[in-house]
Amino acid sequence: MKKGFFNKKSNIFSLLIIFLFLCCSLFAPLISPHDPYEIHLDSSLRGPSRSFPCGQDNLGRDVLSRLIHGSRVSMTVSIATVSVSLIIGILIGSIAGYFSGWADELIMRLIDILLAFPGILLAIALSSVLGPSLKNIVIALSAIGWTGYARITRAQFLSIRERDFVIAAKSSGASAGRIIIKHILPNALSPLLVEASFGMAGAVVAEGALSFLGLGIQPPYPSWGSMLGEGRDYLLIASHLTIFPGIAIMAIVLAFNFIGDGLRDLMDIRETK
Amino acid sequence: MRKFLIRRILLFVPVLLGTLTIAFSIIHLIPGDPVDIILGENALPADKDALRKALKLDLPLHRQYITFLSGLFKGDLGYSIYTKQPVIRTVMERYPATIELALASIIFSVLFSFPLGIVAAIYKDRWPDHITRFFSLTGLCMPNFFLAPILIIIFSIELGLLPVSGTGGIQNIILPSITLGFGMSSILTRMIRSSLYEVLNDDYIRGAKAKGVDNFSILLKHALPNALIPVITILAMQFGSLLAGSIITETIFSWPGIGRLVIQSIYARDYPLLQGCLIFISLSYQFINLILDLLYAFIDPRIRYEKGVL
Repeated sequence: MKKGFFNKKSNIFSLLIIFLFLCCSLFAPLISPHDPYEIHLDSSLRGPSRSFPCGQDNLGRDVLSRLIHGSRVSMTVSIATVSVSLIIGILIGSIAGYFSGWADELIMRLIDILLAFPGILLAIALSSVLGPSLKNIVIALSAIGWTGYARITRAQFLSIRERDFVIAAKSSGASAGRIIIKHILPNALSPLLVEASFGMAGAVVAEGALSFLGLGIQPPYPSWGSMLGEGRDYLLIASHLTIFPGIAIMAIVLAFNFIGDGLRDLMDIRETK
Repeated sequence: MRKFLIRRILLFVPVLLGTLTIAFSIIHLIPGDPVDIILGENALPADKDALRKALKLDLPLHRQYITFLSGLFKGDLGYSIYTKQPVIRTVMERYPATIELALASIIFSVLFSFPLGIVAAIYKDRWPDHITRFFSLTGLCMPNFFLAPILIIIFSIELGLLPVSGTGGIQNIILPSITLGFGMSSILTRMIRSSLYEVLNDDYIRGAKAKGVDNFSILLKHALPNALIPVITILAMQFGSLLAGSIITETIFSWPGIGRLVIQSIYARDYPLLQGCLIFISLSYQFINLILDLLYAFIDPRIRYEKGVL
């Protein structure tokens, strides 16, 4: 085996970043130096200072505390979106891949239809119609997110179901459900894991975009995207309102992308060995 | 070839119908009465009834669907609630700006990624390559709603070189096209780098070197044309998504394209207009992909056989 997952500095670093943000979101009220909703109108838009390391926003609220609380939104949305999409994607993808025929054709056309709306257009339209809330963001993002996992699951199933151990299980009379869950799925998981890691990064960005446009998390609750959206009005005088939430998003997106790359390298090594 | 053509075009029909159905059902996904949401609950009953009639919400669902589809065939997407204008006209007015921005960002990403990718391939694993990697990593993980404000801070506020938003001259399109094209150029850079590096180590390049061809001609005449094939494929595929992926960029820079129209119609709760945008964007996206597929099948015989089997 070549280099392992933990021998690479960028992987360790990414895990640390994710761990840090996870801690922030879990213990937000304990860690944040100020109340994220506390208004100080006399010191609004002030830049970073000793007691407010990331500065204050237009209502004088502490940007650092809002960032820490905002990590809850990013983490919740990305974990929930990826989990929901994974479950739906695996379920539908296994049906398409295992049974083929008309079920496969139907499911693939459904995926084609959803992918005919480029980018997050459909998510934007959906969340605008459903109304802004955490739950609706997850619904809107998962409504499209599952397609990627379904395609991967299907492709995996198509190649695995021809392998000897599956044929052996089939000929010994195992039911379809048993073959799918016990024999094929465990062997199909690795590319899904890689995709899920990239999916986490994608969900953070998508949530940010929705909140930035005012279609996601509503004020006064802090989300990195909505903080960037509010910061847009003060670019001229208070650029710290834009820079800090932006860096937070970049850091977590970078970390999830590195983990995805690292996992992919790891899987490739195993497959070629 | 004919079999592939027929199959690809036949598959286009159900997908088309599906996307139209999704666009149609958008207004029905609104929790509660759409008319209440659009006009507010305290609106006069007469106004509500008039709007319900105008949106054809008083008809049974299947009748609504049939009127919707038959209207589409006549090029009728209904009327905008606020401007009272035909949706199709508003959408058509906005579309040229979006195409203009998409083209500009393609030009930007080509200008940006080709030199970087070439330099990175030639100096692989040396400092120019590392700098390039930094750029493409940034492009990969920097969402455009962060990139755009940063560009505005640097080029409009600090340097005072470019306008913050709006349209008009060529200077107005620079920042939006960088914002939209940066992500794509980072993908392109990495592709050019790996593709060119592979080609540069091929036998025929070694042959050309042995023949005494100078490095510049090798790069320009021998290596680049072959390295560019996968790159151009990606470029073409990205164009379709650029036409729609500009929602945030257009909103930030007040660019009068169809992406901003989507957001404006959402803010105004102008659902017929939103519906029209959805239909128009997904139709043009599907159409571009269809044409690309057919073109590739025409150029590369392997594709039509593979897909014919599927």
